[in-house]
Amino acid sequence: MTTIHVEETPHLAYVLRLADSALINSHRLSEWCGHAPMLEEDLALANIALDLLGQARLLYEHAAALEGRGRSEDDLAYLRDAPQFKNLLITELPRGDFAFTIVRQTLLSAFFHPFWQLARGSSDRTLAAIAGKAEKEVAYHLRHAGAWLVRLGDGTEESRKRTVEALETLWPYTGELFEVDAVGEAMIEAGIAPDPASVRPVFEQTIDRLLAEAGLARPVAAWMQTGGLRGVHTEHLGHLLAVMQHLQRAYPGAVW
Amino acid sequence: MSTLALDRLERAIEAVSAVPDPEIPVVSIADLGMVRAVRLAADGVVEVDLTPTYSGCPATRLIAQEVAAAVERAGCGEPRVNLVLSPAWTTDWITPEGRAALARYGIAPPAPRGQPEGPVLCPRCGSEETEEISAFGSTPCKALWRCRSCREPFDRFKCL
Repeated sequence: MTTIHVEETPHLAYVLRLADSALINSHRLSEWCGHAPMLEEDLALANIALDLLGQARLLYEHAAALEGRGRSEDDLAYLRDAPQFKNLLITELPRGDFAFTIVRQTLLSAFFHPFWQLARGSSDRTLAAIAGKAEKEVAYHLRHAGAWLVRLGDGTEESRKRTVEALETLWPYTGELFEVDAVGEAMIEAGIAPDPASVRPVFEQTIDRLLAEAGLARPVAAWMQTGGLRGVHTEHLGHLLAVMQHLQRAYPGAVW
Repeated sequence: MSTLALDRLERAIEAVSAVPDPEIPVVSIADLGMVRAVRLAADGVVEVDLTPTYSGCPATRLIAQEVAAAVERAGCGEPRVNLVLSPAWTTDWITPEGRAALARYGIAPPAPRGQPEGPVLCPRCGSEETEEISAFGSTPCKALWRCRSCREPFDRFKCL
């Protein structure tokens, strides 16, 4: 089926960004299904992926309603190309080893927990309602990923080495969490989006507390990655979409 | 409201309340606190408001279908089923009957939120000597625990 083109108002663009980040993060986590180092983690990562998929679906449904052209959540997830995806770059990086996945999920949960807490006060009532559910789910994810971060950092020489490597690779991607462009500004102005600047102190406090417990230090990044908000992605997103969208592209409109 | 309409509404409420959770059939969706409202709309159609438990719970759609079928079976016509997200569902909405039914089925019920957590009792032998194996379990709403006294593993409802 041909790629769809979505005419994005700032509001629609903003909701799509949140949906895209949740979906891509969910997809990367779901890749662990059957491959996690132990059965309990297989269950845990699949469960976190399922929560995020649920959040993505609610957000896409909301985006489709805002667009008002009768499109479905599936159209938005399966029929857009990489440059139309506006997810955070950190979500699309390949799953790496278990330490990489844990560090990524800790960073994302430490940001999204206070983010969704604030978004409960959004003037967009649907977004506020989604935030009310997401906030509770992400609190649980943070507890789980954070506990593993401490265990890995404070574990064996090998687990520590891998955790440090993951932290150093991923830290430059955290700048994007706080990036505000024209869309973001308009949404903050309208009371629809929380200002990520108000999320930062909580995020940093959580990360510093966990790192201290893990015996690790916060990396210093000379520069921060950017691009996701403009649809400029790493080479990895295209491959991810080729897998994720394959069925709908090969068998347009397939249902079961 | 006429007696006839009231009677129809009562039958609808009864039918909706009795729908079992597809994953844990010993508790009804009313016991789980998922039914927010059942009403007769101005156009005479029965309207049901449901609150999903977890954003990604795959059972949500099935439950909505089963609610619709139950209302029709009760002779109340085809209902409108709305999914209402706000206020967000919490395990505090599970009724005392629901908690008791979960425990009888072998699932330790969740602790009330915002209170210091007491010991998690083994649903089989009642022992306090229990420990968490995994924070996540076989469905989005459950965690895996085990009892150190009777050695049996069991599910525990996550506190949300």
